Amino acid sequence: MNKPLTSDTTVATATLNAIEKNKHLEGSLLPILHQIQHSLGYVPKESVPSIAKALNLSRAEVHGVVSYYHTFTDQPRGETIIEVCRAESCQAVGGRAIEAAIKENLGIDYDETTEDGKFTLEAVYCLGNCACSPALRMGDDIHGRVTPKKVDRLIKKQREQD
Amino acid sequence: MTIQIFTPQDSTACSVGANDVAEKIQELTQSHDVEIIRNGSRGLFWLETLVEVSTAEGRVAYGPVDEDDVESLLEQGMLEGAQQHPLSLGPTEEIPYLKKQQRLTFKRAGIIDPLSIEDYQAHEGFEGLRNALKISDQEIVDTVKESGLRGRGGAAFPTGIKWQTVLDATAKGECQQKYIVCNADEGDSGTFADRLQMEADPFALLEGMTIAGIAVGASKGYIYLREEYPHAHQILNKAIEIAIENKFLGDDILGSGKPFDIEVRLGAKSYVCGEETALLESLEGKRGVVRAKPPLPAIEGLFGQPTVVNNVISLSSVPIILAKGAEYYASYGMGRSRGTMPFQLAGNLKQTGLVELAFGATLNELLNDFGGGSQSGQPLRAVQLGGPLGAYLPKEQWDTQMDYEALAAIKGVLGHGGIVAFDNTVDMSEQARFAMEFCVEESCGKCTPCRIGSVRGVEVIDKIRSNNNRDNNIVLLSTLCDTMENGSLCAMGGMTPFPVRSALQHFGEDFHQDPPSQLNKS
Repeated sequence: MNKPLTSDTTVATATLNAIEKNKHLEGSLLPILHQIQHSLGYVPKESVPSIAKALNLSRAEVHGVVSYYHTFTDQPRGETIIEVCRAESCQAVGGRAIEAAIKENLGIDYDETTEDGKFTLEAVYCLGNCACSPALRMGDDIHGRVTPKKVDRLIKKQREQD
Repeated sequence: MTIQIFTPQDSTACSVGANDVAEKIQELTQSHDVEIIRNGSRGLFWLETLVEVSTAEGRVAYGPVDEDDVESLLEQGMLEGAQQHPLSLGPTEEIPYLKKQQRLTFKRAGIIDPLSIEDYQAHEGFEGLRNALKISDQEIVDTVKESGLRGRGGAAFPTGIKWQTVLDATAKGECQQKYIVCNADEGDSGTFADRLQMEADPFALLEGMTIAGIAVGASKGYIYLREEYPHAHQILNKAIEIAIENKFLGDDILGSGKPFDIEVRLGAKSYVCGEETALLESLEGKRGVVRAKPPLPAIEGLFGQPTVVNNVISLSSVPIILAKGAEYYASYGMGRSRGTMPFQLAGNLKQTGLVELAFGATLNELLNDFGGGSQSGQPLRAVQLGGPLGAYLPKEQWDTQMDYEALAAIKGVLGHGGIVAFDNTVDMSEQARFAMEFCVEESCGKCTPCRIGSVRGVEVIDKIRSNNNRDNNIVLLSTLCDTMENGSLCAMGGMTPFPVRSALQHFGEDFHQDPPSQLNKS
């Protein structure tokens, strides 16, 4: 189950705010999209026409950029994003077991959201935490030297916080 | 006298509990005259959280400290620098891992408070910039050329020559704008030098970019930072604010009349955007698709203007070159690889971390003398050098010197200096498959051999691994690798075959039979 879509007015306001704040910048499309993604948790399809108009681009161009980058999603995601590192350094010290442990704990695969809407699981290719692999990111916090046990503990702690 | 306690704010240190350790120290030392400083990391990551205490004889270290260790450390005299606790490491500078290094670019890492501009200046900060303002633009470029500095991002192109091209190029239009772009899209697995640099000593990067701007006549700089580095993002933005307040950035740098501004821009999780032309596309607000070269970015780069694109470490090495002279920097290293390189030890090693050394050390020295062998206790078997597009090197090649040319001779790449070690439990056919899978995930899609070839590569490797028409499929994989290498614009498609071929060539037994000879032809 995905989170319900945000209301039209919220989307319109967030989009306009992002445009107003960033459109004076050189190459402002990414900063605009980052701000919308950050405030709404996704970049709604409804945002695209206003962005295109403000930047004098075609809607196809804006859509092309949204769909190109892994960061931007056009659907709402869970309250907490868990990104698991799948890259080589983490693989060398049991990263594949961590991937399996998280999938089992949450009962979902990559790019899926738990039924209660709390977690979305994503793969990431390196968090720059390779000296303390395996690593994962939960929200803005990076965790290193992760073990399957620590995975369970972190998820439990996050659930309790909500 | 106030006792200073250093607890790193670095993301890796925090990923293993540095914030909890700092809080605990704060809580338990309230009745003492102590100052807790959140320094950057020394880069000795296997010892994180590394806590240091100032004493009359210098700083002493304890690590790896967990939140639960703080109480016993304090009971056993940590504040007096006592050394009987099992986590005592003695004077920090005497820890062999650190003592044996040659720290030039990272000389301040972990020593200073990253956001204290006073600390930075007390440790030779901005001396390079002050010197640069006394000489002509051409003399700055000449100094960088003479230092022998080559791009530390991976391509190893001589930095001074790139700067010369931008200095000589004429900007178009009325604004006459040239740009300095710092590539901080450090996406290679096994690398964290850029992140450590930005989090531990951000002013060095700002200073390097400013010197570059003055040298080539650019007044605007962008740091293209990967989105995966939220802490570096915060630190850089604060450092820029502080630098502006102190006139090290802005309209009139140190009263010279010269302007230079820096803005941080976030990437959006695209590995290819670490390639300079894709990065420029992304900065312009487009899909991060690679451009064909020529024109070189130095002539037609960001928004079509002459642009220097340099890696974080290249730019952060510039201040010391300007401060101490080209000869000083060039006196380190070997052959055409001058200066130092921050090697990053990662994966299955006991002592992971950043090791800055002059070029010329061997992989064996790094893996054993510094890395301390495998973390698991099993023998090491394979090492991937230079990130996900670098070759897997077998033991027989570990005595190769870390030098751009020596590595090229064995089809290895130094890349950004990442060293990922695997023990004997690794299945190299799985690693070869992953290399192709990564290319599927991250290809920008412009070149067919990369976009489609990587998908076919995964399928073919799956067939080989499942013993389906193996011999023919191994030949097919080899020709597929040829096509990707020769038919892709950038390193994504062009170098994905490196880990694949090297895995087959050196670890053929993991593909369940010796590879036929034609695989080794290139």
